[in-house]
Amino acid sequence: MTIFRYGFRRHATYRAAAFAGAFTNTIFGVLRAYVLIALWSARPGLGGYDVTDAVTFCFLTQAFIGPMQVFGGGLELSQRVRTGDVALDLVRPASLQMWSLADDLGRAAFLFLARSVPPTVVGAAVFGINVPVDPVTWAAFLVSVTLGIVVSFGLRYLVALSACWIVDERGVQSMSLVMTTFFSGMMLPLAIFPGWLGTLAQALPWAAMVQVPADVFLGKTAPLGALAFQALWVAVVLAAGALATRSARRKVVIHGG
Amino acid sequence: MLLAVTWIRAAAQYPLSMAMLTIGSFVVTGLDIAVILIIFSHTGSLGGFTLPEVMFLYGTSGVSFAVADMLFGNVDKLSQHVKSGTFDAMLIRPVSPFVQMAVDRFTFQRFGRTAQAATVLIIALTRLDMPWQRAWMIPLMVLCGIVLITAVWTLGGAIQFILTDAPEIANAFTYGGGQLTQYPLSVYGNDLVRAATFIVPLAFVNWQPGLFVLDRPDPLGLPYWLRFLGPVAALALACVAAFAWRAGLRRYRSTGS
Repeated sequence: MTIFRYGFRRHATYRAAAFAGAFTNTIFGVLRAYVLIALWSARPGLGGYDVTDAVTFCFLTQAFIGPMQVFGGGLELSQRVRTGDVALDLVRPASLQMWSLADDLGRAAFLFLARSVPPTVVGAAVFGINVPVDPVTWAAFLVSVTLGIVVSFGLRYLVALSACWIVDERGVQSMSLVMTTFFSGMMLPLAIFPGWLGTLAQALPWAAMVQVPADVFLGKTAPLGALAFQALWVAVVLAAGALATRSARRKVVIHGG
Repeated sequence: MLLAVTWIRAAAQYPLSMAMLTIGSFVVTGLDIAVILIIFSHTGSLGGFTLPEVMFLYGTSGVSFAVADMLFGNVDKLSQHVKSGTFDAMLIRPVSPFVQMAVDRFTFQRFGRTAQAATVLIIALTRLDMPWQRAWMIPLMVLCGIVLITAVWTLGGAIQFILTDAPEIANAFTYGGGQLTQYPLSVYGNDLVRAATFIVPLAFVNWQPGLFVLDRPDPLGLPYWLRFLGPVAALALACVAAFAWRAGLRRYRSTGS
Protein backbone atom coordinates (compact mmCIF):
# COMPACT_ATOMS: atom_id res chain seq x y z
CA MET A 1 0.00 0.00 0.00
CA THR A 2 2.81 2.39 0.86
CA ILE A 3 4.60 1.49 -2.35
CA PHE A 4 1.36 2.15 -4.23
CA ARG A 5 1.25 5.65 -2.74
CA TYR A 6 4.89 6.33 -3.60
CA GLY A 7 4.28 5.19 -7.16
CA PHE A 8 1.33 7.57 -7.40
CA ARG A 9 3.26 10.49 -5.94
CA ARG A 10 6.37 9.88 -8.03
CA HIS A 11 4.39 10.10 -11.25
CA ALA A 12 2.27 12.97 -9.99
CA THR A 13 5.38 15.19 -10.11
CA TYR A 14 5.40 14.96 -13.90
CA ARG A 15 2.21 16.92 -14.42
CA ALA A 16 3.33 18.67 -17.61
CA ALA A 17 4.24 15.36 -19.23
CA ALA A 18 0.90 13.86 -18.23
CA PHE A 19 -0.91 16.88 -19.61
CA ALA A 20 1.01 16.62 -22.87
CA GLY A 21 0.17 12.92 -23.06
CA ALA A 22 -3.50 13.62 -22.53
CA PHE A 23 -3.38 16.28 -25.25
CA THR A 24 -1.80 13.89 -27.73
CA ASN A 25 -4.23 11.08 -26.84
CA THR A 26 -7.11 13.48 -27.41
CA ILE A 27 -5.86 14.61 -30.84
CA PHE A 28 -5.43 10.99 -31.92
CA GLY A 29 -8.85 10.18 -30.52
CA VAL A 30 -10.42 12.85 -32.71
CA LEU A 31 -8.55 11.68 -35.85
CA ARG A 32 -9.44 8.02 -35.29
CA ALA A 33 -13.04 8.88 -34.43
CA TYR A 34 -13.51 10.44 -37.88
CA VAL A 35 -12.21 7.28 -39.58
CA LEU A 36 -14.53 5.09 -37.50
CA ILE A 37 -17.47 7.41 -38.18
CA ALA A 38 -16.78 7.09 -41.91
CA LEU A 39 -16.72 3.29 -41.60
CA TRP A 40 -19.83 3.05 -39.44
CA SER A 41 -21.83 5.44 -41.58
CA ALA A 42 -21.06 3.16 -44.53
CA ARG A 43 -21.92 0.06 -42.48
CA PRO A 44 -24.28 0.93 -39.59
CA GLY A 45 -24.45 -1.70 -36.88
CA LEU A 46 -21.16 -3.35 -37.86
CA GLY A 47 -19.86 -5.70 -35.15
CA GLY A 48 -22.89 -4.94 -32.97
CA TYR A 49 -21.82 -1.29 -32.49
CA ASP A 50 -23.66 1.79 -33.66
CA VAL A 51 -21.82 5.01 -34.60
CA THR A 52 -21.90 6.42 -31.06
CA ASP A 53 -20.63 3.12 -29.66
CA ALA A 54 -17.75 3.19 -32.12
CA VAL A 55 -16.83 6.77 -31.16
CA THR A 56 -17.07 5.89 -27.46
CA PHE A 57 -14.87 2.87 -28.08
CA CYS A 58 -12.33 5.04 -29.87
CA PHE A 59 -12.01 7.54 -27.02
CA LEU A 60 -11.89 4.76 -24.41
CA THR A 61 -8.98 3.14 -26.22
CA GLN A 62 -7.15 6.47 -26.19
CA ALA A 63 -7.99 6.83 -22.50
CA PHE A 64 -6.44 3.43 -21.73
CA ILE A 65 -3.07 4.24 -23.33
CA GLY A 66 -1.76 5.98 -20.21
CA PRO A 67 -2.79 3.65 -17.38
CA MET A 68 -2.32 0.43 -19.38
CA GLN A 69 0.98 1.62 -20.90
CA VAL A 70 -0.23 0.21 -24.20
CA PHE A 71 2.97 1.29 -25.92
CA GLY A 72 5.13 -0.61 -23.43
CA GLY A 73 7.71 0.53 -20.92
CA GLY A 74 6.76 2.26 -17.71
CA LEU A 75 8.74 -0.16 -15.55
CA GLU A 76 12.10 0.87 -14.16
CA LEU A 77 12.95 -2.77 -13.89
CA SER A 78 14.44 -3.09 -17.38
CA GLN A 79 16.92 -0.32 -16.68
CA ARG A 80 17.75 -1.91 -13.35
CA VAL A 81 18.54 -5.17 -15.11
CA ARG A 82 20.89 -3.36 -17.47
CA THR A 83 22.65 -1.46 -14.71
CA GLY A 84 22.85 -4.51 -12.45
CA ASP A 85 20.76 -2.97 -9.69
CA VAL A 86 18.36 -5.86 -10.13
CA ALA A 87 20.80 -8.04 -8.20
CA LEU A 88 19.94 -6.00 -5.10
CA ASP A 89 16.22 -6.24 -5.82
CA LEU A 90 16.41 -10.00 -6.14
CA VAL A 91 17.98 -10.55 -2.72
CA ARG A 92 15.44 -8.34 -0.96
CA PRO A 93 12.92 -10.17 1.21
CA ALA A 94 9.90 -8.61 -0.54
CA SER A 95 8.75 -10.30 -3.74
CA LEU A 96 10.16 -8.38 -6.71
CA GLN A 97 7.01 -8.92 -8.73
CA MET A 98 4.60 -7.76 -6.04
CA TRP A 99 6.79 -4.76 -5.27
CA SER A 100 6.82 -3.69 -8.93
CA LEU A 101 3.10 -4.36 -9.23
CA ALA A 102 2.25 -2.06 -6.31
CA ASP A 103 4.47 0.64 -7.78
CA ASP A 104 2.92 0.20 -11.21
CA LEU A 105 -0.63 0.37 -9.86
CA GLY A 106 0.24 3.68 -8.21
CA ARG A 107 1.51 4.95 -11.56
CA ALA A 108 -1.63 3.74 -13.30
CA ALA A 109 -3.93 5.34 -10.71
CA PHE A 110 -2.35 8.73 -11.32
CA LEU A 111 -2.38 8.36 -15.10
CA PHE A 112 -6.01 7.25 -15.01
CA LEU A 113 -6.92 10.60 -13.48
CA ALA A 114 -4.53 12.65 -15.60
CA ARG A 115 -4.67 10.94 -18.97
CA SER A 116 -7.92 8.98 -19.16
CA VAL A 117 -10.45 11.52 -18.03
CA PRO A 118 -9.51 14.44 -20.37
CA PRO A 119 -9.71 12.57 -23.73
CA THR A 120 -13.01 10.99 -22.72
CA VAL A 121 -14.48 14.35 -21.72
CA VAL A 122 -13.35 15.97 -24.97
CA GLY A 123 -14.78 13.04 -26.92
CA ALA A 124 -18.09 13.47 -25.12
CA ALA A 125 -18.09 17.21 -25.82
CA VAL A 126 -17.11 17.04 -29.50
CA PHE A 127 -18.87 13.90 -30.72
CA GLY A 128 -21.08 12.71 -27.85
CA ILE A 129 -20.44 9.29 -26.34
CA ASN A 130 -22.48 6.58 -24.64
CA VAL A 131 -22.11 6.67 -20.87
CA PRO A 132 -23.53 3.86 -18.73
CA VAL A 133 -26.21 4.96 -16.27
CA ASP A 134 -26.26 1.79 -14.18
CA PRO A 135 -23.92 1.97 -11.13
CA VAL A 136 -23.32 -1.78 -11.40
CA THR A 137 -21.84 -1.25 -14.86
CA TRP A 138 -19.57 1.46 -13.49
CA ALA A 139 -18.40 -0.82 -10.68
CA ALA A 140 -17.76 -3.64 -13.17
CA PHE A 141 -15.91 -1.19 -15.42
CA LEU A 142 -13.57 -0.05 -12.63
CA VAL A 143 -12.79 -3.64 -11.65
CA SER A 144 -12.27 -4.47 -15.31
CA VAL A 145 -9.85 -1.58 -15.82
CA THR A 146 -7.88 -2.65 -12.74
CA LEU A 147 -7.66 -6.23 -13.98
CA GLY A 148 -6.60 -4.91 -17.38
CA ILE A 149 -3.81 -2.91 -15.77
CA VAL A 150 -2.60 -6.00 -13.91
CA VAL A 151 -2.54 -8.04 -17.14
CA SER A 152 -0.65 -5.21 -18.83
CA PHE A 153 1.78 -5.10 -15.90
CA GLY A 154 2.28 -8.87 -16.02
CA LEU A 155 3.19 -8.78 -19.70
CA ARG A 156 5.52 -5.79 -19.32
CA TYR A 157 7.16 -7.44 -16.32
CA LEU A 158 7.94 -10.51 -18.42
CA VAL A 159 9.39 -8.30 -21.17
CA ALA A 160 11.55 -6.42 -18.67
CA LEU A 161 12.80 -9.64 -17.05
CA SER A 162 13.69 -11.09 -20.44
CA ALA A 163 16.65 -8.70 -20.31
CA CYS A 164 18.19 -11.09 -17.75
CA TRP A 165 18.64 -13.62 -20.57
CA ILE A 166 19.18 -11.58 -23.71
CA VAL A 167 20.69 -8.41 -22.18
CA ASP A 168 19.15 -5.93 -24.63
CA GLU A 169 15.40 -6.24 -24.27
CA ARG A 170 14.41 -3.54 -26.76
CA GLY A 171 13.77 -6.10 -29.50
CA VAL A 172 11.35 -8.05 -27.31
CA GLN A 173 9.77 -4.75 -26.38
CA SER A 174 9.12 -3.86 -30.00
CA MET A 175 7.55 -7.29 -30.69
CA SER A 176 5.41 -6.83 -27.60
CA LEU A 177 4.35 -3.42 -28.92
CA VAL A 178 3.18 -5.01 -32.16
CA MET A 179 1.11 -7.63 -30.37
CA THR A 180 -0.36 -5.15 -27.93
CA THR A 181 -1.43 -2.44 -30.35
CA PHE A 182 -2.97 -4.91 -32.76
CA PHE A 183 -4.52 -7.53 -30.51
CA SER A 184 -5.73 -5.31 -27.69
CA GLY A 185 -8.35 -3.55 -29.81
CA MET A 186 -6.34 -0.31 -29.81
CA MET A 187 -6.61 0.17 -33.57
CA LEU A 188 -10.01 -1.30 -34.37
CA PRO A 189 -12.59 -3.11 -32.23
CA LEU A 190 -11.72 -6.83 -32.23
CA ALA A 191 -15.37 -7.57 -33.01
CA ILE A 192 -14.86 -6.47 -36.63
CA PHE A 193 -11.69 -8.51 -37.23
CA PRO A 194 -12.56 -11.05 -39.92
CA GLY A 195 -13.21 -14.73 -39.18
CA TRP A 196 -10.72 -16.79 -37.19
CA LEU A 197 -8.47 -13.77 -36.64
CA GLY A 198 -11.24 -12.14 -34.64
CA THR A 199 -11.90 -15.29 -32.61
CA LEU A 200 -8.19 -15.69 -31.88
CA ALA A 201 -7.72 -12.04 -30.98
CA GLN A 202 -10.59 -12.11 -28.52
CA ALA A 203 -9.10 -15.09 -26.68
CA LEU A 204 -5.57 -13.67 -26.28
CA PRO A 205 -4.42 -11.82 -23.13
CA TRP A 206 -4.14 -8.49 -24.97
CA ALA A 207 -7.93 -8.41 -25.36
CA ALA A 208 -8.14 -8.16 -21.56
CA MET A 209 -6.34 -4.82 -21.71
CA VAL A 210 -8.50 -2.67 -23.99
CA GLN A 211 -11.32 -4.55 -25.68
CA VAL A 212 -12.86 -6.15 -22.59
CA PRO A 213 -12.93 -3.03 -20.35
CA ALA A 214 -14.37 -1.00 -23.25
CA ASP A 215 -17.05 -3.64 -23.88
CA VAL A 216 -17.94 -3.65 -20.19
CA PHE A 217 -18.30 0.14 -20.34
CA LEU A 218 -20.54 -0.09 -23.41
CA GLY A 219 -22.52 -2.98 -21.92
CA LYS A 220 -21.71 -5.18 -24.94
CA THR A 221 -20.72 -8.17 -22.85
CA ALA A 222 -21.90 -9.98 -19.72
CA PRO A 223 -19.79 -8.34 -16.97
CA LEU A 224 -19.20 -11.53 -14.98
CA GLY A 225 -17.91 -13.51 -17.93
CA ALA A 226 -15.69 -10.61 -18.96
CA LEU A 227 -14.18 -10.25 -15.49
CA ALA A 228 -13.63 -13.99 -15.26
CA PHE A 229 -11.78 -13.93 -18.58
CA GLN A 230 -9.54 -11.13 -17.31
CA ALA A 231 -8.98 -12.83 -13.95
CA LEU A 232 -7.87 -15.98 -15.75
CA TRP A 233 -5.22 -14.04 -17.68
CA VAL A 234 -4.16 -12.20 -14.53
CA ALA A 235 -3.48 -15.57 -12.91
CA VAL A 236 -1.58 -16.84 -15.95
CA VAL A 237 0.71 -13.83 -16.43
CA LEU A 238 1.43 -13.41 -12.72
CA ALA A 239 2.28 -17.10 -12.40
CA ALA A 240 4.56 -16.85 -15.41
CA GLY A 241 6.13 -13.76 -13.86
CA ALA A 242 6.74 -15.61 -10.58
CA LEU A 243 8.40 -18.51 -12.41
CA ALA A 244 10.55 -16.11 -14.43
CA THR A 245 11.60 -14.27 -11.28
CA ARG A 246 12.66 -17.52 -9.67
CA SER A 247 14.81 -18.62 -12.56
CA ALA A 248 16.18 -15.10 -13.00
CA ARG A 249 17.50 -15.34 -9.48
CA ARG A 250 19.66 -18.27 -10.56
CA LYS A 251 20.49 -17.00 -14.02
CA VAL A 252 21.08 -13.28 -13.67
CA VAL A 253 24.12 -11.82 -15.42
CA ILE A 254 25.49 -8.82 -13.57
CA HIS A 255 27.25 -6.17 -15.65
CA GLY A 256 29.90 -3.96 -14.24
CA GLY A 257 32.07 -4.45 -11.23
CA MET B 1 26.87 9.98 -42.53
CA LEU B 2 29.82 8.54 -40.66
CA LEU B 3 27.97 9.20 -37.42
CA ALA B 4 24.98 7.25 -38.72
CA VAL B 5 27.16 4.24 -39.62
CA THR B 6 28.62 4.30 -36.13
CA TRP B 7 25.20 4.01 -34.57
CA ILE B 8 24.25 1.13 -36.86
CA ARG B 9 27.40 -0.74 -35.84
CA ALA B 10 26.61 -0.11 -32.19
CA ALA B 11 23.15 -1.61 -32.62
CA ALA B 12 24.59 -4.64 -34.42
CA GLN B 13 26.39 -5.59 -31.21
CA TYR B 14 23.12 -7.17 -30.10
CA PRO B 15 22.19 -9.13 -33.26
CA LEU B 16 19.07 -10.88 -31.96
CA SER B 17 17.67 -7.67 -30.62
CA MET B 18 18.48 -5.80 -33.81
CA ALA B 19 16.73 -8.40 -35.95
CA MET B 20 13.65 -8.24 -33.75
CA LEU B 21 13.67 -4.45 -33.84
CA THR B 22 13.82 -4.39 -37.63
CA ILE B 23 11.05 -6.97 -37.99
CA GLY B 24 9.10 -5.14 -35.31
CA SER B 25 9.24 -1.82 -37.13
CA PHE B 26 8.28 -3.47 -40.42
CA VAL B 27 5.28 -5.14 -38.78
CA VAL B 28 4.24 -2.12 -36.68
CA THR B 29 3.90 0.02 -39.76
CA GLY B 30 2.33 -2.95 -41.54
CA LEU B 31 -0.42 -2.88 -38.93
CA ASP B 32 -1.70 0.41 -40.32
CA ILE B 33 -2.27 -1.21 -43.67
CA ALA B 34 -3.84 -4.23 -41.96
CA VAL B 35 -6.32 -1.84 -40.37
CA ILE B 36 -7.09 -0.33 -43.77
CA LEU B 37 -7.61 -3.82 -45.23
CA ILE B 38 -9.93 -4.81 -42.38
CA ILE B 39 -11.93 -1.60 -42.87
CA PHE B 40 -12.28 -2.34 -46.58
CA SER B 41 -13.31 -5.92 -45.89
CA HIS B 42 -16.47 -4.35 -44.49
CA THR B 43 -17.07 -1.56 -46.95
CA GLY B 44 -16.29 -0.78 -50.59
CA SER B 45 -15.49 2.88 -50.10
CA LEU B 46 -14.36 5.13 -47.27
CA GLY B 47 -15.09 8.82 -47.50
CA GLY B 48 -15.84 8.28 -51.21
CA PHE B 49 -12.50 6.59 -51.98
CA THR B 50 -11.81 2.99 -53.00
CA LEU B 51 -9.17 0.66 -51.56
CA PRO B 52 -6.48 1.28 -54.24
CA GLU B 53 -7.03 5.02 -53.91
CA VAL B 54 -6.67 4.92 -50.13
CA MET B 55 -3.59 2.70 -50.53
CA PHE B 56 -2.18 5.28 -52.93
CA LEU B 57 -2.73 8.10 -50.41
CA TYR B 58 -1.35 5.91 -47.61
CA GLY B 59 1.70 4.93 -49.69
CA THR B 60 2.66 8.44 -50.74
CA SER B 61 2.23 9.83 -47.23
CA GLY B 62 3.94 6.75 -45.79
CA VAL B 63 7.03 7.09 -47.97
CA SER B 64 7.36 10.80 -47.19
CA PHE B 65 6.81 10.18 -43.51
CA ALA B 66 9.23 7.25 -43.31
CA VAL B 67 12.03 9.04 -45.17
CA ALA B 68 11.59 12.18 -43.06
CA ASP B 69 11.52 10.06 -39.92
CA MET B 70 14.60 8.11 -41.01
CA LEU B 71 16.58 11.28 -41.66
CA PHE B 72 15.27 13.73 -39.08
CA GLY B 73 12.88 11.91 -36.73
CA ASN B 74 15.26 12.18 -33.82
CA VAL B 75 14.91 15.91 -33.62
CA ASP B 76 11.94 15.36 -31.33
CA LYS B 77 14.27 13.87 -28.71
CA LEU B 78 15.58 17.35 -28.01
CA SER B 79 14.11 17.66 -24.53
CA GLN B 80 15.87 14.46 -23.42
CA HIS B 81 19.19 15.91 -24.53
CA VAL B 82 18.47 19.22 -22.84
CA LYS B 83 17.52 17.50 -19.59
CA SER B 84 20.49 15.17 -19.47
CA GLY B 85 22.88 17.92 -20.52
CA THR B 86 24.15 16.11 -23.62
CA PHE B 87 22.87 18.96 -25.77
CA ASP B 88 25.66 21.16 -24.41
CA ALA B 89 28.20 18.69 -25.75
CA MET B 90 26.58 18.91 -29.19
CA LEU B 91 26.82 22.69 -29.20
CA ILE B 92 30.59 22.72 -28.78
CA ARG B 93 31.27 20.14 -31.51
CA PRO B 94 32.12 21.47 -34.97
CA VAL B 95 29.01 19.98 -36.59
CA SER B 96 25.64 21.71 -36.59
CA PRO B 97 23.54 20.54 -33.62
CA PHE B 98 20.64 19.87 -35.99
CA VAL B 99 22.70 17.31 -37.94
CA GLN B 100 23.97 15.72 -34.74
CA MET B 101 20.45 15.41 -33.41
CA ALA B 102 19.28 13.88 -36.66
CA VAL B 103 21.84 11.07 -36.72
CA ASP B 104 21.92 10.45 -32.98
CA ARG B 105 20.99 6.80 -32.32
CA PHE B 106 20.40 6.37 -36.04
CA THR B 107 18.82 2.99 -36.36
CA PHE B 108 18.87 0.54 -39.18
CA GLN B 109 15.27 -0.60 -38.68
CA ARG B 110 13.99 2.66 -40.05
CA PHE B 111 14.70 1.33 -43.54
CA GLY B 112 12.06 -1.32 -42.84
CA ARG B 113 9.43 1.34 -42.62
CA THR B 114 10.34 3.04 -45.88
CA ALA B 115 10.36 -0.32 -47.64
CA GLN B 116 6.91 -1.14 -46.28
CA ALA B 117 5.36 2.14 -47.41
CA ALA B 118 7.01 1.91 -50.82
CA THR B 119 5.63 -1.62 -51.28
CA VAL B 120 2.11 -0.41 -50.55
CA LEU B 121 2.54 2.48 -52.96
CA ILE B 122 3.71 0.19 -55.77
CA ILE B 123 0.83 -2.24 -55.22
CA ALA B 124 -1.58 0.68 -55.23
CA LEU B 125 -0.15 2.04 -58.49
CA THR B 126 -0.52 -1.29 -60.26
CA ARG B 127 -4.15 -1.55 -59.20
CA LEU B 128 -5.17 1.99 -60.02
CA ASP B 129 -6.23 2.88 -63.50
CA MET B 130 -5.26 6.52 -63.42
CA PRO B 131 -4.31 8.87 -66.22
CA TRP B 132 -0.59 8.14 -66.73
CA GLN B 133 0.21 11.61 -67.99
CA ARG B 134 -0.39 12.77 -64.43
CA ALA B 135 2.20 10.45 -62.89
CA TRP B 136 4.87 13.15 -62.96
CA MET B 137 3.23 14.57 -59.87
CA ILE B 138 4.04 11.49 -57.74
CA PRO B 139 7.80 12.01 -57.22
CA LEU B 140 7.20 15.72 -56.74
CA MET B 141 4.56 15.15 -54.08
CA VAL B 142 6.70 12.65 -52.21
CA LEU B 143 9.58 15.12 -52.22
CA CYS B 144 7.40 18.00 -51.02
CA GLY B 145 5.93 15.64 -48.42
CA ILE B 146 9.40 14.87 -47.06
CA VAL B 147 10.15 18.60 -46.77
CA LEU B 148 6.79 19.34 -45.13
CA ILE B 149 7.03 16.55 -42.57
CA THR B 150 10.65 17.37 -41.77
CA ALA B 151 9.56 20.97 -41.20
CA VAL B 152 6.79 19.85 -38.85
CA TRP B 153 9.31 17.71 -37.00
CA THR B 154 11.73 20.59 -36.72
CA LEU B 155 8.95 22.78 -35.36
CA GLY B 156 8.16 20.02 -32.87
CA GLY B 157 11.81 20.03 -31.81
CA ALA B 158 11.90 23.82 -31.60
CA ILE B 159 8.86 23.84 -29.30
CA GLN B 160 10.83 21.70 -26.88
CA PHE B 161 13.29 24.52 -26.26
CA ILE B 162 10.37 26.10 -24.44
CA LEU B 163 8.36 23.05 -23.29
CA THR B 164 11.22 20.90 -22.02
CA ASP B 165 8.90 19.02 -19.68
CA ALA B 166 6.25 18.15 -22.22
CA PRO B 167 7.85 16.72 -25.38
CA GLU B 168 4.70 14.67 -26.10
CA ILE B 169 2.91 17.81 -27.32
CA ALA B 170 5.04 17.62 -30.45
CA ASN B 171 3.89 14.03 -31.06
CA ALA B 172 0.35 15.28 -31.57
CA PHE B 173 1.55 17.12 -34.67
CA THR B 174 4.28 14.83 -35.99
CA TYR B 175 2.73 11.40 -35.51
CA GLY B 176 -0.71 12.97 -35.58
CA GLY B 177 0.15 14.37 -39.01
CA GLY B 178 1.21 10.90 -40.09
CA GLN B 179 -2.10 9.48 -38.89
CA LEU B 180 -4.08 12.31 -40.50
CA THR B 181 -2.58 11.86 -43.96
CA GLN B 182 -3.07 8.06 -44.02
CA TYR B 183 -6.71 8.46 -44.90
CA PRO B 184 -8.47 10.64 -47.46
CA LEU B 185 -9.07 13.98 -45.77
CA SER B 186 -12.71 13.75 -46.85
CA VAL B 187 -13.40 11.49 -43.84
CA TYR B 188 -12.47 14.30 -41.45
CA GLY B 189 -14.58 17.29 -40.50
CA ASN B 190 -14.48 20.30 -42.81
CA ASP B 191 -12.89 22.61 -40.23
CA LEU B 192 -10.12 20.12 -39.61
CA VAL B 193 -9.41 19.88 -43.33
CA ARG B 194 -9.29 23.67 -43.68
CA ALA B 195 -6.87 23.83 -40.73
CA ALA B 196 -4.71 21.15 -42.39
CA THR B 197 -4.73 23.12 -45.62
CA PHE B 198 -4.18 26.69 -44.50
CA ILE B 199 -2.60 26.56 -41.01
CA VAL B 200 -0.39 23.46 -40.82
CA PRO B 201 -0.29 22.63 -44.55
CA LEU B 202 -0.29 18.85 -44.19
CA ALA B 203 -2.96 18.63 -46.88
CA PHE B 204 -0.17 19.23 -49.41
CA VAL B 205 1.71 16.08 -48.36
CA ASN B 206 -0.63 13.84 -50.34
CA TRP B 207 -4.21 15.10 -50.36
CA GLN B 208 -4.21 18.06 -52.75
CA PRO B 209 -1.63 16.62 -55.19
CA GLY B 210 -3.30 13.22 -54.77
CA LEU B 211 -6.60 14.69 -55.97
CA PHE B 212 -4.78 15.81 -59.09
CA VAL B 213 -3.18 12.41 -59.73
CA LEU B 214 -6.47 10.59 -59.15
CA ASP B 215 -8.33 13.29 -61.10
CA ARG B 216 -10.99 13.74 -58.45
CA PRO B 217 -13.03 16.84 -57.58
CA ASP B 218 -12.28 18.39 -54.20
CA PRO B 219 -15.06 17.33 -51.79
CA LEU B 220 -14.74 20.70 -50.06
CA GLY B 221 -14.86 22.64 -53.32
CA LEU B 222 -11.50 24.34 -52.72
CA PRO B 223 -9.91 25.96 -55.81
CA TYR B 224 -8.28 23.69 -58.42
CA TRP B 225 -4.93 25.50 -58.42
CA LEU B 226 -4.33 24.51 -54.78
CA ARG B 227 -3.29 21.12 -56.15
CA PHE B 228 -0.08 22.58 -57.53
CA LEU B 229 0.88 24.60 -54.46
CA GLY B 230 2.76 21.74 -52.74
CA PRO B 231 6.25 23.16 -53.42
CA VAL B 232 5.18 26.63 -52.26
CA ALA B 233 3.70 25.25 -49.05
CA ALA B 234 6.79 23.10 -48.45
CA LEU B 235 9.13 26.06 -48.93
CA ALA B 236 7.05 28.33 -46.70
CA LEU B 237 6.80 25.82 -43.87
CA ALA B 238 10.50 24.98 -44.13
CA CYS B 239 11.35 28.68 -43.71
CA VAL B 240 9.09 28.95 -40.66
CA ALA B 241 10.64 25.82 -39.18
CA ALA B 242 14.21 26.99 -39.78
CA PHE B 243 13.39 30.33 -38.20
CA ALA B 244 11.79 28.65 -35.16
CA TRP B 245 14.74 26.31 -34.71
CA ARG B 246 17.22 29.19 -34.77
CA ALA B 247 15.10 31.26 -32.41
CA GLY B 248 14.91 28.30 -30.04
CA LEU B 249 18.65 27.74 -30.24
CA ARG B 250 19.36 31.39 -29.40
CA ARG B 251 17.01 31.22 -26.47
CA TYR B 252 18.53 28.01 -25.15
CA ARG B 253 20.04 28.07 -21.68
CA SER B 254 21.91 25.09 -20.36
CA THR B 255 20.42 23.29 -17.38
CA GLY B 256 23.87 23.28 -15.78
CA SER B 257 26.09 20.33 -15.12
